[in-house]
Amino acid sequence: MSSLTSALPPAEGMGPRVARWGLYLILLLFAAYYLLPLVVMLSTSFKSLDEIRTGSLLSLPRDISTDAWIYAWTRACIGADCRGMAPYFMNSLVIVIPAVIISTLFGALNGYALTKWRFRGANVVFAMILFGSFLPSQVMLLPMAQTLGFLGLAGSAGGLILVHVVYGLAFTTLFFRNYYVSIPDDLVKAATIDGAGFFQIFTKIMVPLSLPIMVVTIIWQFTQIWNDFLFGASFAAGGAQPVTVALNNLVNTTTGVKQYNVDMAAAMIAGLPTLVVYALAGKYFIRGLTAGSVKG
Amino acid sequence: MATVEIKNVRKSYGPVEAIKGIDIAVQDGEFLVLLGPSGCGKSTLLRMVAGLESITGGQVVIGGRVVNDLDPKDRDIAMVFQNYALYPHMSVFDNMAYGLKIRGVPKPEIETRVAKAAEILELGRFLTRRPSQLSGGQRQRVAMGRAIVREPAAFLFDEPLSNLDAKLRTQMRIEIKRLQDRLGITSLYVTHDQVEAMTLADRILVMNHGVAEQIGTPLEVYQRPASLFVAGFIGSPPMNVLDGVIDASGQGVVMPGGALLPLPRPRPDDANRPVKLGIRPEHLTISDGLAASPILVELVEALGADTVVYGRLPDGESLLIRMAGLPSCTEGDQLSVAPQPGALHLFDAAHGRRLAD
Repeated sequence: MSSLTSALPPAEGMGPRVARWGLYLILLLFAAYYLLPLVVMLSTSFKSLDEIRTGSLLSLPRDISTDAWIYAWTRACIGADCRGMAPYFMNSLVIVIPAVIISTLFGALNGYALTKWRFRGANVVFAMILFGSFLPSQVMLLPMAQTLGFLGLAGSAGGLILVHVVYGLAFTTLFFRNYYVSIPDDLVKAATIDGAGFFQIFTKIMVPLSLPIMVVTIIWQFTQIWNDFLFGASFAAGGAQPVTVALNNLVNTTTGVKQYNVDMAAAMIAGLPTLVVYALAGKYFIRGLTAGSVKG
Repeated sequence: MATVEIKNVRKSYGPVEAIKGIDIAVQDGEFLVLLGPSGCGKSTLLRMVAGLESITGGQVVIGGRVVNDLDPKDRDIAMVFQNYALYPHMSVFDNMAYGLKIRGVPKPEIETRVAKAAEILELGRFLTRRPSQLSGGQRQRVAMGRAIVREPAAFLFDEPLSNLDAKLRTQMRIEIKRLQDRLGITSLYVTHDQVEAMTLADRILVMNHGVAEQIGTPLEVYQRPASLFVAGFIGSPPMNVLDGVIDASGQGVVMPGGALLPLPRPRPDDANRPVKLGIRPEHLTISDGLAASPILVELVEALGADTVVYGRLPDGESLLIRMAGLPSCTEGDQLSVAPQPGALHLFDAAHGRRLAD
């Protein structure tokens, strides 16, 4: 934001000033447009059912109540299982954390091999991997289902981890490959002469230089995998479902009165981790996207 | 401490031959400079010695050992790169120590060796800094320190000074020279800068299009260039090259304008042979007589210590003359110049090789 305003020339006279405020107004409208659903979700989740029924959608809660959150977390019924979102949240963590770590590490390794140990056909291999990032995920459903069945991983967390690693590799490889292109080859050659081998150079030279792109990749992969619904719905059975699928089931299987506050709280719970990750590592995300080169 | 022998080494990229058979034996402690324009194959040759490029044909022998199939780390060489290639995330100390750590050198010895190298290179104060906190010259010294601590059989330098500004380059050139004199380690040094080559080298290998044009001491290369290419590449301003014909008696060379230049020795066998005639700008003096040619002064560059005159011969050929001191002529002047006796270089008109003296 600050770089945007400072990049604009100083306003002179009335005309430019009006235009400037007009610009701010439009930006504010856009910001409100994007933030409004979040505001409604948050405020609804802290209301009681009575208040939801009587008040308007946009009004703020009179008494802030965390009942809906606690209910969504511990007691809400997902299908026939009334243990709340908590176990599914854990399912997601169990899937997401290893999938992010593995796909990031292999992406780094791929990028390193593709840029610093250029073998015959490296470009073709890279083009094929790149193509993988354009494949719609639906294309993978049937072959992946067969593969998981063959491996005996169908319906398990391990199966979902495998799916996400495989699908994510195209992206993580792309990120690391493009980042490593900007690291001078002579660095690797110097290390080769110093006596370091393939993996030593990777762990001692490349990985320590990869922090910015590592953060980008982790945020990207975490967001993608955490928010995934399709693979979760297709490959995870019953109790192993990730939180996104559980949220869908919670909202769809409520009987009787629709508990909007619980739905909203559950949706917030499902969405919070990605927000937290972005808040913690967001500045590295921007830095990693813009910075690429490691100048000596 | 070792010799480095390059025996008929070739390099091909598919059908393209980049190095077409180079032969040279570098003596123990010798400083060999590989000199040539960009794309001549000098860096490729160095990288083949280092083991960073595969060798298509021939042999590289370091310290009596054929190293063709050895990994770079097993060749007992250290290399200094143009862009320093320092590890950005490591301190100066760690940059220098890394190669020793990998080789499992005991810690106390690493510290001794790094301290010694740091002292030689006056880097003692910077050991805890990161490369990004150093100036270009300091980074280059760290890169050299990394090579020194390894105490290798040979140093390989790949245009180590080209990233520095002119002043620093001169300074570092002297430092490298001192360092090599002091350590006496066999060195191969790639550059396209003739001044670096002339000042640093015990011998220069002049390369062009993947072949060795000439191997010799700096003065040999300067005084008796083996080909028109070497004659034109070494020397600044460059050597004048004119078309000439050896006269019927074999006693002299006739210049395009008709001036007759006496040959150092008679060449009766070469009578009436067309030749390329090389005259260094500093070997032309203002004089009259049979050997003199008239020139029109087109431009005068006063450099302070000497003056470069851009002249034009009657037939339109240009001629550079370098004179000591301040200019004694101005643009538009007519001068009469002649080469100093014995300062002629004769080259074959067709293939450009030097004629036997």
